[in-house]
Amino acid sequence: MFVDVRNLSKHFAPTGFSRGPTVRAVEDVSFGIPRGKVVGLVGESGSGKTTIGRSVLRLIEPTSGEVRIDGTDIRVLSAAELRKARQRMQYVFQDPYASLSPRMTIGQILTEGMDIQKLGTKADRRRKAAEVLALVEMPEDALNRYPHEFSGGQRQRIGLARALALEPEFIVADEPVSALDVSIQAQVINLMRDLQLRLGLTMLFISHDLAVVEYICDTVVVLYLGRVMEIAPAADLYAHPQHPYTRALLSAIPSPDPEKRKQRQILTGDIPSPSSPPSGCVFRTRCPMAASECAVVNPAMKSAGEGHFYACLRV
Amino acid sequence: MTARSAGPIRRAAQRFAMNRQALLGLAILAPILTCVVTYDLWWGFGPNDIDLLSINRGPTAAHPMGSDGVGRDVLARLMQGGRTSLMVAVISVAISTAIGFLVGAFAAFGGKFADAGLMRFVDLAMTLPPVIFLLVLASIAGTGIGPTIIVIALLSWPVLSRMVRARLLELRERDFVVAAKGMGAGVPHLLLRHGLPNCIDIIVVYATLQVANAILLEAGLSFLGLGIAPPESSWGNMLNAARSGTVLEQYPWQWMFPGGALVVTVLAINFIGDGLRDAFDPRSGLN
Ligand SMILES: Nc1ncnc2c1ncn2[C@@H]1O[C@H](COP(=O)(O)OP(=O)(O)OP(=O)(O)O)[C@@H](O)[C@H]1O
Ligand code: SF4
Ligand SMILES: [Mg+2]
Repeated sequence: MFVDVRNLSKHFAPTGFSRGPTVRAVEDVSFGIPRGKVVGLVGESGSGKTTIGRSVLRLIEPTSGEVRIDGTDIRVLSAAELRKARQRMQYVFQDPYASLSPRMTIGQILTEGMDIQKLGTKADRRRKAAEVLALVEMPEDALNRYPHEFSGGQRQRIGLARALALEPEFIVADEPVSALDVSIQAQVINLMRDLQLRLGLTMLFISHDLAVVEYICDTVVVLYLGRVMEIAPAADLYAHPQHPYTRALLSAIPSPDPEKRKQRQILTGDIPSPSSPPSGCVFRTRCPMAASECAVVNPAMKSAGEGHFYACLRV
Repeated sequence: MTARSAGPIRRAAQRFAMNRQALLGLAILAPILTCVVTYDLWWGFGPNDIDLLSINRGPTAAHPMGSDGVGRDVLARLMQGGRTSLMVAVISVAISTAIGFLVGAFAAFGGKFADAGLMRFVDLAMTLPPVIFLLVLASIAGTGIGPTIIVIALLSWPVLSRMVRARLLELRERDFVVAAKGMGAGVPHLLLRHGLPNCIDIIVVYATLQVANAILLEAGLSFLGLGIAPPESSWGNMLNAARSGTVLEQYPWQWMFPGGALVVTVLAINFIGDGLRDAFDPRSGLN
C-alpha cells in the first residue's frame, strides 16, 4: 500500500478555559490506498472526513494511530523532514473562496509551494506555474489576476493547479466539488479523473455524496460518526452493499428505475453527537434493523468478498 | 504577458482617492509638512536666534507670528517645533508598530505558553493608568528627544499587538494558510507572505491615527515639562512656555500659533486615518 492508515483516532479535547466533552471525531479508522489508485471517503456532514484527510497529511496531529506514506510513518518525522516530505503530498480544499489568498495573484499562489521548497529558479517556477495552469485548462493570462476575478469552478481549478505545481504523488481532495454549481461539478470531476490517470496520482477523495464517488474511485470507505461502516471496491459496493447504512445511502440516490425507487429507504433522525456516541453499534439509533444486541456489542469487521468488509452484527 | 490587475492595495488606494474628508486631510497636512521640513531654506531666522529689539512683540513684518519673551521668532520656533513634534511622533510610532506587530506575531505563532505570557503582560500594560505609566516612565527616562520617543513608543504598542494577534489567530485557521503549511511553510514564510500582508490595513490605520496621538502625547509630556526641554523647541514646550497668565492674556500669538498648528495637524491626520480605515474596509461605511 502506498498510503497506509492504521487505527487512526482523533479526539478534540476542549481547549483553554472552555469546557465541554471531548469530541471523538475519528475512532479507529484503517484503510490503505495502492499506488495510483483512488479511495473515496464518504459520510454525512460531521462524520470526520476532513479530520481524517487532514490527519493523513498531518495538517492536524492525530490522537493515535499510524499513517505510512510510501513506507514512512509521517508521525515520527522531524519538523524539517516533514516540511521536505510535504512536497510529495498535497491537499485540495472544499471551499474555493477560502483556499486562495485574496492578496496574492494566481501566479504568486501557484509558485508559493516552489518558493517554500526552494525548487528551481524564479523563471523555472513561473514556467511551472503556467504549465499547471494549462493542465487544469485555464488561460495563461490568469497568472496576473487575483482570485476574486474568478468563479468558484475556476478557483477550484486553480486550487488543484497549486497542488499539482509541487508534482506530488499523493493528493487528498476534500469535497473538491461540493461547493460548486451542479453544472460545473461534472467538469471538475472529469478533469480530476483525467489528471489522476494521466499523472498516476494516488488520491484520497472525500465526498458526502456516493454518486460523485462512484465515478472516480477504485475503493470506497463509508464513514459514520468517525467509524468505518463498510469498505469495498467501488463496483462491489454499489452492486452488493452489505451495511444497512450503505444501503440507505445508496437508495437515497435518485434512480430512473421505478423498481429501485420503490425500495427507497429514507434515513430518519439526526446523527448523534460525536461527543456522546451510542453504545455498541453507533448506527443503531437510525438503523432499520437494530436489535437489542446492537446496543451492547461493538460490531467487528466481517468479510464479504475480496477487499470487502463491513461492521454489522445482523447482516 | 498581460498587465497585472488591480490588487487589494490598489483598490483601497482608489477608494481612498474618492474620500473627500481624507483628501481634505491630505490637502491640509501636505503644506504643513512641506513648510516644516523646508523652513530653514526660506526663512531667515533660526529657532534660537535672539532679537533683543523684539521681545514679546506681536506680529510684525519681520516676525509675522510675533516673538517670545526672550526675543525669539515664533514662526521659526513653530517650524522647528513642528519638526521635532512630527519626528518624535513618527519615530515613536515606527518603534511601537514594530514592537506591537512582533509581540502580536509571537503570541499568535509562538505556541500556547508564549501567547499566555505575552497577553498577560499586555493586559498589565493596558490596565496601568496611562498618565501614571507615562509619568513614571518619563521620570525614569528623563527629558529630551530620545527619552520622549521611547516613552511614547512604550506606551502605545499594546493596542496594536492585541489587534495583530487577533488577526493572526484568525488567519492561522484560514484554508490558504493551511495550504501554505501543507506545502511545507515554516513560521517565517507564514508571517512574511501571509501575516504581514493581511495585517497591513490594521498597521497602516493604527500607525496613522497613532501619529496624531503621539503628537498629542508629546505635547502633553512637554507641557508638563517631562518631554522635550528648552532650548529645543516643540509644539508642546512652546505651549508650556506660554502658560503663565500674563502670556495667555497679553501675548496670545505665543500660544495660539503652536496650539492651532497642533489641533489642525492632529485633525488632518485623523481625517486621513479614518479615510484609510474606510478604504481598507469598504463595508465599514455602511454600519
Ligand atoms: N478543531 C476542532 N475542534 C473541535 N471539534 C472539531 C474540530 N474540527 C472538527 N471537529 C468536530 O469533529 C467532527 C468531525 O468534523 P469534520 O470536519 O471532520 O467532519 P466532515 O465529515 O468533514 O464534515 P463536513 O461534511 O461538514 O465537512 C465534527 O463533529 C466537528 O464538530
Ligand atoms: S449492528 Fe445492528 S444497529 Fe448496527 S448496523 Fe448492524 S443491525 Fe444496524
Ligand atoms: Mg469536511
